[in-house]
Amino acid sequence: MTETPMPLWEVFIRARTGLAHRHVGSVHAADAEMALQAARDTYTRRGEGLSIWVVPSTAITASDPADKDMLFEPTASKPYRHPTFYTVPDEVGHM
Amino acid sequence: MTTIAVAETALTLGLLRLADTALVHAQRLSEWCGHAPMLEEDLALANIALDLIGQARALYAYAAEVEGAGRSEDDLAYLRDAPQFRNVLMAELPKGDFAFTILRGFLLAAQARPFWQAASGSRDATLAAIAAKAEKEAAYHLRHTGEWVIRLGDGTAESRRRMLNALAALWPYTGELFETDAADRALIEEGILPDPAALRPHWDATVDRVFAEAGLVRPADVWMQSGGRSGRHTEHLGHLLAVMQHLQRAYPGATW
Repeated sequence: MTETPMPLWEVFIRARTGLAHRHVGSVHAADAEMALQAARDTYTRRGEGLSIWVVPSTAITASDPADKDMLFEPTASKPYRHPTFYTVPDEVGHM
Repeated sequence: MTTIAVAETALTLGLLRLADTALVHAQRLSEWCGHAPMLEEDLALANIALDLIGQARALYAYAAEVEGAGRSEDDLAYLRDAPQFRNVLMAELPKGDFAFTILRGFLLAAQARPFWQAASGSRDATLAAIAAKAEKEAAYHLRHTGEWVIRLGDGTAESRRRMLNALAALWPYTGELFETDAADRALIEEGILPDPAALRPHWDATVDRVFAEAGLVRPADVWMQSGGRSGRHTEHLGHLLAVMQHLQRAYPGATW
């Protein structure tokens, strides 16, 4: 008998109120409800979470690692985008 | 071999019945560790087992304190032999296949959840505190096993066949979940533990709701097995205890 593999789900956990959900890993589950339970059982065993999101892995569109030069290299030469690039005159005081 | 028996008052007996059911069920669940159909479920079953062991520990510790014979929770778990155990028979049945384990967990949790909920209002403050913690755990056990019952019952031809087999095998053990004897009635009258028979409508409603979604039908009235709560067990409990108690039996007092 051939078995259909269980779909994969990406798990995001929010550790505390005010923080953003953070990717922590993935689980296999037949559907969304079971994925939530699997995420709870797999990733919140040590009190890590207050809220869980699960997203079908197939719903995620990822950038191609081969494109990294094109996508990310050009920012390397633009240090003026960092606030620390600028010297704030003393007279300004606290901004 | 040292074998102890707890002096049974209504309260120590009531505590042992709850603790033994939790511990024996947990031991059966722990047999899945490393063998579950998938990693996520391996963790889920072990998590449930750990919740139940936590409940058992609190109940044994309290039973030992009430008995006042200087025994510990470990003594009660590891030094009593099968006739001294007071768990319901359903908990000790061999783990079976995944459908059997899930359905057993569901049937027990559907009883435990309203039971602990009611027991959290116990006049016994220690029991009320244990119940308040156990109720939240049982709520999750019920949700997890209930969702699986639906998916297996209404799943593939094979999952359904296995669920139907499990239902036929487990149903005769459901009657014992609602039994009361003189010791139970004494605790009920004192407001220490809830009346399981009075909570039966909750169990019925949960079972009916999940079975309807799972496409399962309650078996017709059948002969109900009984005896575990009085120490009359199936042949399976002795083997379970041999595994569970082996270390303390072979190396008395061993710790780490």
